[in-house]
Amino acid sequence: MTRLRRSMLFVPGNNPGMMSDAHIYGSDALMFDLEDSVTLREKDAARLLVHHALKTIHYGECERVVRVNPLSTPFGKADIEAMVAAGVEVIRLPKTETAQDIWDTETEIERAERKYDIPVGQTCMIAAIEGALGVVNAYQIASASPRLVAIALGAEDYCANLKTSRSLEGSELQYARGAIVVAARAAGIDCIDTVFSDVNNEEQLIKETRMIKQLGFDGKSVINPRQIKPVHRVFMPTREEIMKAQRILAASREAETRGSGVVALDGKMIDRPVVLRAERTLELAYANRAVFEEEEA
Amino acid sequence: MKITTPASAGTMESGDIMIEIESGEQQSVEVVLKSSVANEFGKQIIATIRGAVEEFGLEYAVINAVDKGALDCTIRARVFAACQRATGSDAFDWGKRA
Repeated sequence: MTRLRRSMLFVPGNNPGMMSDAHIYGSDALMFDLEDSVTLREKDAARLLVHHALKTIHYGECERVVRVNPLSTPFGKADIEAMVAAGVEVIRLPKTETAQDIWDTETEIERAERKYDIPVGQTCMIAAIEGALGVVNAYQIASASPRLVAIALGAEDYCANLKTSRSLEGSELQYARGAIVVAARAAGIDCIDTVFSDVNNEEQLIKETRMIKQLGFDGKSVINPRQIKPVHRVFMPTREEIMKAQRILAASREAETRGSGVVALDGKMIDRPVVLRAERTLELAYANRAVFEEEEA
Repeated sequence: MKITTPASAGTMESGDIMIEIESGEQQSVEVVLKSSVANEFGKQIIATIRGAVEEFGLEYAVINAVDKGALDCTIRARVFAACQRATGSDAFDWGKRA
């Protein structure tokens, strides 16, 4: 089963109260932040805190991601070394503009893996694209390293870079979102949408999540545990979709048993992409089982 | 390693611990703890603080700690941060056990 990244919960890296129970809310991934949410004078303390939390707290099924400071700052190298030493699953690189940013980060990750006897290549990467240059170079970034599992859009910096501001309908992000989805798919990796900042506006959060799901995104970054369930609901397939997917996969298995390369259902030929989509639907259905059970209770 | 300046790390937020460290007159590590769970976990918290200070390489220090329900990993991280700031050292052995 492929890893689901419907929701990635931001957790400030210098807040131990939030770090100790961040995994109980059910997000697919946790992103501990050493960058924007940590003041300059607390960078050292946050690095120590996240390192020790990663080595001690069992975060269950949540994917453990750390957003490090850029290598152009005095903190980037030490962040990467400390997180790799702690066994982090994914390093999230902020403000990625070129493939060179990926290669430079990869060099530091590999150095740390060798130093701490971690298998080289084990630590994955996510690149956050937060500016016009990053969007222009999206495919080069997405395909720069086999460590990359996803690219993500960071809209606040992107809008500032574009000399515009964020709107509810998100017209200013249309191009970037489209470019990032296409780049991710061309490179065969996931894509994660930016945060929706108004935690009290669930209706708009759902609207935006529906839109980015339709564009092809795999998930969304969230800044509050309250946003996780609405996002997961949007990514939950309908009963009709699930039943259809089950029938498609049954037909596919039957064709395989017969040794036939042609899959047919209700007199129609089923293409390979339809089978893959059906598999994805059932993966999402399985991941959402808790929501179904809760609704039925 | 020696303390060159008094330093602190941590906050008074729930789940955190505030650590203040300075060099004392006694040739030992002294810990003064305030915690709402001091009766239940005071000895354990003090032992964790003392262990982290010694692990860092300091033989003498006076620590004032105000605990707000911090986990052991938080206590250790805050003690290490305070020690680093007090000694001016930025070399940390990330390979040691949690």
